[in-house]
Amino acid sequence: MMRQRFNPLQRLLHWIMAVSILSMLFIGVGMVSTVMPKYLALVAIHKPLGIAILVLALVRVAVRLRYGTPPLPADLPEPMKLAAQLSHYALYALMIAMPLIGWGMLSAAAYPVVLFGSVHLPAILPQSDGLHTLLWNAHFYLAFVFFALILLHAAAGLFHALVRRDGVFDTMAPWSTPDRIAPAE
Amino acid sequence: MVLPRQSSTRSTFGSLLLIAVVIGAGAAAFAYTAGWLSPQRLTPNKLIDAFAPPGGEPLGHRRNHAKGICFTGTFEANGAGSELSSAQVFSHGQYPALGRFNLGTADPNALDATVRVRGMGLRIVTPDGQEWRTAMIDPPIFPVSTPQAFYELLLASASKVPDAMQTFAAAHPEIAAFGAWAKSAPWTGSYAEDRYNGLNSFVFTNGSGAETTVRWSLLPSVQPVPVAPDDLAKRGPNFLEQEIVQRIRGGPLRWTMVVTVANPGDPSADPSKAWPEDRRTVEIGALVVQQIQDESNGPCRDINFDPTVLAAGMRTSDDPFPAARSSAYAKSYDRRTAEAKYYPRTGADAKP
Repeated sequence: MMRQRFNPLQRLLHWIMAVSILSMLFIGVGMVSTVMPKYLALVAIHKPLGIAILVLALVRVAVRLRYGTPPLPADLPEPMKLAAQLSHYALYALMIAMPLIGWGMLSAAAYPVVLFGSVHLPAILPQSDGLHTLLWNAHFYLAFVFFALILLHAAAGLFHALVRRDGVFDTMAPWSTPDRIAPAE
Repeated sequence: MVLPRQSSTRSTFGSLLLIAVVIGAGAAAFAYTAGWLSPQRLTPNKLIDAFAPPGGEPLGHRRNHAKGICFTGTFEANGAGSELSSAQVFSHGQYPALGRFNLGTADPNALDATVRVRGMGLRIVTPDGQEWRTAMIDPPIFPVSTPQAFYELLLASASKVPDAMQTFAAAHPEIAAFGAWAKSAPWTGSYAEDRYNGLNSFVFTNGSGAETTVRWSLLPSVQPVPVAPDDLAKRGPNFLEQEIVQRIRGGPLRWTMVVTVANPGDPSADPSKAWPEDRRTVEIGALVVQQIQDESNGPCRDINFDPTVLAAGMRTSDDPFPAARSSAYAKSYDRRTAEAKYYPRTGADAKP
């Protein structure tokens, strides 16, 4: 018998990462559009938060491989099932790729990758103007793709919760839903 | 779920509307944060655009201080700076240095004798993996008090409106001190004879956690010889580069690094204000320039001398410029590294 909800660890990771990634995207577009002193504060958050998201994403993939996902409702149309699966794969890919691209971009520009205080990360790429440009473009455009996907994901989640009311949202809801009792496994 | 059909339709419509509002609000908040709804916001892009000379942006080059030449050498710390900062770069020892002599112009082909401001970018790396980057210039004060005023200065100097500069100077009287320096300070015939000033203030933290607000300067060991700009013009368009290449053959060049410590109440947030002459100074060591290298293939070419790259034990102060410079330098770097084809790497001796 498949589980009815994501387990508490999966739900915790999902919501911590939701807050982290949304913060990260807002910090990103905010910092590159200001010359005020907050620029430095935002950059100083952006780097360690990005690495934290990378670590959390790797943990999350491992947890997902171990525990799997609850099934989608049987009556969900196939195109929606496919869209759900593909968008989730894209979100996982971006969670892992964006921090790595950012780290690689800083490495290719010979900037120190400062986590906090005197803690630096090593360069993961050699200095290269070509690589820097490639990764800069990837980081920039994928950030908008990421945000668009998150909006789509949120819209789909709300659609399940408010319109279809098919229990999909409850599988990841942060609160417990006592009226939906999982069948005995 | 058993609901009257009409109510269900209405509730579905309401739900869809709610979803649209939530998603729309998210997108709007994102657009606001990105500055798309705030055309007045001073962005790094606007600041960098404002540097563009009439002939267009210097593709492949730094957007300001576009003309320069690389050097490598050593920073010889005498240990005296450890009293002020716990950074390894201040403890007695020799650390590799990489830098760039440059001219304060957005034109990489500017005639050397026409550029009033000269500068030096410097990067010092220590064995603990920390880095100190700084970009200094030869005037003793900065022209204006705030990054916004600097942006307006760029617009005013490029403006075709008559009296644009007079209007600017009336609104920003602090520029008078810089104007006086530009008019009266002697010109020299060599990068080696110039003093390079950090101008921005930073905060140093020493081993016991005590903080001081400081500025720093590099003082030349070569006695400056004043030369009239008209005479400099006769030396050719690139005489500064030629002169420094020639001079280094006679041996390494030294500058003494001096840190000036602010008293409480000194204008740490305003680089257009000098600190009183009697402030305590600490000689912390010497920069020794050993080799000069052509920029197109040199090691300084793809280094961003971002003044906020600081070793632990040093941090930014209430001076708003390092943040503005960091954001603008990054934008300049992003643009020029994407334009490398316009500034090809050539044979090591391709430049005259």
